Amino acid sequence: MISREEVEHVARLARLHLDEEALERMGSELSQIIDYVQQIGELDLAGVEPTAHAVALTNVFRKDETWEGLSQEEALRNAPNAEAGHFAVPRMG
Amino acid sequence: MSHDVYELSGVRCRELLESREASATELVQVYLDRMRGVDAQVGAYLLTNEEAALQQAAEIDAKPAEERRPWEGVPIAVKDILATKDMETTCASRILSGYRPPYDATAIRRLKEAGLIILGKLNMDEFAMGSSTENSAYQPTRNPWDLERVPGGSSGGSAAAVAAAETPWALGTDTGGSIRQPASLCGVVGLKPTYGAVSRYGLIAFASSLDQIGPLTRTVSDAAALLQIVQGQDPLDSTSTGLRGPLRLPTERDLAGRRFGVIKEFLGEAIDSGVREVFNDACKTIEALGGVVEEVSLPSVERGIAAYYIIAPAEASSNLARFDGVRYGYRSGEGEDLLSMYTHTRSEGFGPEVKRRIMIGTYVLSAGYYEAYYGQAQRTRTLIIQDFNRAFADYDYLISPTSPSVAFKLGERTADPLAMYLSDLCTIPVNLAGLPAISLPAGFSQGLPVGLHLISPHFGEQALVDAAHALEHRFQLEARPALTEVRE
Amino acid sequence: MSDGHGTNGGYEAVIGLEIHVQLKTNTKMFCSCAVTFGEEPNTRVCPICLGHPGSLPVTNERAVEYATRIALALDCAIAPHTIFHRKNYFYPDLPKGYQISQYDLPLGVGGHLDVELEDGSTHRVGITRVHMEEDAGKLVHAGGATGRIHGADYSLVDFNRGGTPLVEIVTEPDIRSSEQARSFLNQLKNLIEHLGVSDVNMEEGSLRCDANVSVRRPGEPLGTKTELKNMNSFRFLARGLEAEIERQLSDLEAGEAVRQATVHFDPSTGSISVLRSKEEAHDYRYFPEPDLVPIVLDQAFIEKQRAELPELPAARKERLIEQYALSAYDAGVLAGSRSLGDYFERVAAEGDAKLAANWVMGDFSAYLNAQGLAVEESRVAPEDLAELLELIADGTISGKLAKDVFAAMAESGQKPGRIVEERGLGQISDETALEAIVAGIVEANPSAATEYRSGNKKVMGFFVGQVMKETKGRANPQLANSLIRKALEG
Repeated sequence: MISREEVEHVARLARLHLDEEALERMGSELSQIIDYVQQIGELDLAGVEPTAHAVALTNVFRKDETWEGLSQEEALRNAPNAEAGHFAVPRMG
Repeated sequence: MSHDVYELSGVRCRELLESREASATELVQVYLDRMRGVDAQVGAYLLTNEEAALQQAAEIDAKPAEERRPWEGVPIAVKDILATKDMETTCASRILSGYRPPYDATAIRRLKEAGLIILGKLNMDEFAMGSSTENSAYQPTRNPWDLERVPGGSSGGSAAAVAAAETPWALGTDTGGSIRQPASLCGVVGLKPTYGAVSRYGLIAFASSLDQIGPLTRTVSDAAALLQIVQGQDPLDSTSTGLRGPLRLPTERDLAGRRFGVIKEFLGEAIDSGVREVFNDACKTIEALGGVVEEVSLPSVERGIAAYYIIAPAEASSNLARFDGVRYGYRSGEGEDLLSMYTHTRSEGFGPEVKRRIMIGTYVLSAGYYEAYYGQAQRTRTLIIQDFNRAFADYDYLISPTSPSVAFKLGERTADPLAMYLSDLCTIPVNLAGLPAISLPAGFSQGLPVGLHLISPHFGEQALVDAAHALEHRFQLEARPALTEVRE
Repeated sequence: MSDGHGTNGGYEAVIGLEIHVQLKTNTKMFCSCAVTFGEEPNTRVCPICLGHPGSLPVTNERAVEYATRIALALDCAIAPHTIFHRKNYFYPDLPKGYQISQYDLPLGVGGHLDVELEDGSTHRVGITRVHMEEDAGKLVHAGGATGRIHGADYSLVDFNRGGTPLVEIVTEPDIRSSEQARSFLNQLKNLIEHLGVSDVNMEEGSLRCDANVSVRRPGEPLGTKTELKNMNSFRFLARGLEAEIERQLSDLEAGEAVRQATVHFDPSTGSISVLRSKEEAHDYRYFPEPDLVPIVLDQAFIEKQRAELPELPAARKERLIEQYALSAYDAGVLAGSRSLGDYFERVAAEGDAKLAANWVMGDFSAYLNAQGLAVEESRVAPEDLAELLELIADGTISGKLAKDVFAAMAESGQKPGRIVEERGLGQISDETALEAIVAGIVEANPSAATEYRSGNKKVMGFFVGQVMKETKGRANPQLANSLIRKALEG
């Protein structure tokens, strides 16, 4: 069972706001899902190498050569708020 | 021009263009008309690209035949998870409403370079999280075979559009079954390639180590042809490899000497009896074509769902952190300071399933839990790969039903997220192992399509489409969705 | 008061540094945008470094090579298998919501740097790890009165710097004073300057330093540490450390425990501000970056990078002593800066190395300091200084006069020969010197002298010619004439 404090903590880390009802529901859903996936923690997998990618590759590099990027106009076109060639965000608080 | 849209495939469109029986404009018009007739019922498209498509078609029609590339002028539609330059790309999320990417996904670039005409962007579960396309922020998509039922997901728009003949073919993406399950539920072919075969550049990431782009089509030949167009190593995706060689159109008609292993763990109680019946018949068809069918056990795959529901949300929680209202997409008007702008933007911009997965992912990665969850899941992944490798030492293909059930009703499973997750039992382990797999219409249960799931070793796409082609020819499914075109 | 030298009231400071170095590659760490400084905002960006959905990173090969050279120069072991992790946190200058960095499998581990201290002793500082990561963008705080984070109305973000390759160097807590920290950083900067992989300029941000600071009684376990940030010059590093050490000591003296915190040094007031300790500690949720594949560096690659290493400062110092017969002190100063060492060696290429060393460390360095110039910005080219020293050596000008010529060179950028010529400084007008030359010539030509004395005044021309020949034409003609006459007529 995941405590309410844990749900709040995780929501804070994820920058999500949950109201009372959502906290409650998320808590029980999360608990149910975590209970299910917890079975994996019980397996004895000592000595088994973890797999990050199913198709193993190594040393994929790029040459240090420049490309044509975006113009300032293109870079800012999707911005919710821009000013003087910059992305604008509210004060840090 | 009058065409039976159900007879049109990608390959058939190419033939009509080559023989001059149809112009590109006529083909585009056929699909625009069809969309007008049925999409109000089906809801497959989030955006239609009518004007640009017609203009591109006119330009192609004006070209001399010898200047045309082979696939030039064939229409296609794509899942709205792929970045299309200057064309709105939302991932069916409110948080990306109005977003016009400054670039094309590599798969889109390859379609454009081949001369295909993009008809529009297709609906999906928000950020590809879901198995029913009910998690779209914009609209549900309905199953053309029964409008009360879901098309599956997350590429539900792609599968429904092909099934309703609103496009000859489509691109989808598959992270845990998101091409194959909707293909199965909508009675079309869905191919998830080997991880790395198609570049992920421009695929809006759900779970980076599992995501893969692939075709949803009317025929197995189309699946092979479309994969061949989009596959290939890409310098912009470190994890891309391309296929080992070009994919030929399949011509096989028998399965003599091929060995098929039925994955025992995938045929448990979860499988509906109607689905089981179709699957058993399919096994008999394989034998009738000269194949050998035996049961094989892959004990680790049962842990697949648990591993998947750790790895995928963990990666997703990080992949979705970039949606913060700073550079693109939705920003909440609420919030005086940065922190409240972030939380309001994300809380208002993401739907409930996306928030749920972000929460799971954040939880399993948070301090102290990494080894117990993510580390164990990555090790489980190794065991699953080892199980598949052992099985492929004895069998050319591994098979199962694609989905444990036929299409379910809208709203039927939304209340129980875990039950929805468990329905991906047969498809998830394939993504964890990075294998290629295809879902192929094999029959009907309660009048609804049932898919057969074939899995090959890494880069075994040619063998996969060869076998699927032989089976497709033998199944000879003639039924079509009973959709009525509605004209205003 | 902390004396900057270790112990204080029975306490000693324990300092570990975290240094960030921007690599001087053409392109960013994970995309092909140009690495630049001072461009218009958001003009060196692309979908990748802006974190657009669907974009993916691809590693810059040269950045890996440069980072490997830094790790090798610090005597680190290079990991045969190294991977990138994601470090997850939200901040507006971090476009993806995570930084691609390294975590438990860094590129290099277990190195050291031997630091020469002011008193001539050597102090070894352990290098815990050397790892690769990407830089963040730049935030400007707008509106409000102060231009600082708190009090600003809103902030502006420029992503030109975002994605620049960084190498992070973490030291062991082996540093005991602000002076040691300063010496370490200076010598680290010099080492990396020798490698040619970074500008290592603190003012421009290509070299940045944070410190972990604690105090304890010698021999006791480590005290609670604070993380000291915002020291963007060598001076501020020393002052910031001293201020923080003093703050911790006064806490302890007041009977309070040092609390774990992030603290900022404010150079304008010289004081330390403790940042509001956050309710939730950092939880970066590190996990392996799934968009990148492992880097496996084989012995051939490592040896190739080792072969690319230039002569490092310690070796250069030894060579300078050997090759130019310099004192250990002089060699240490000259090898203490790549640019100064290079300058010296070009001056000393032909000529008196000791003289060159004196000039480079003396007048030349004084000139740079006075003008606030870097070696590269000097108006005196090393070839020109070499020419000046040659003029001293061949007696054209005296050492005293040479100081004036040097000042003129520094002012005008002209060649010393030209200055000497224009100002007539090269003529031998020194009576005593010329007298000796004349006497020698008269003595060597007795028959011509006799001829002159017997009335053949035309022989005068012969003697003038001989003096000019002897002085390469630099003798003052009038003076030469009168001295010859005087010598002959006696």
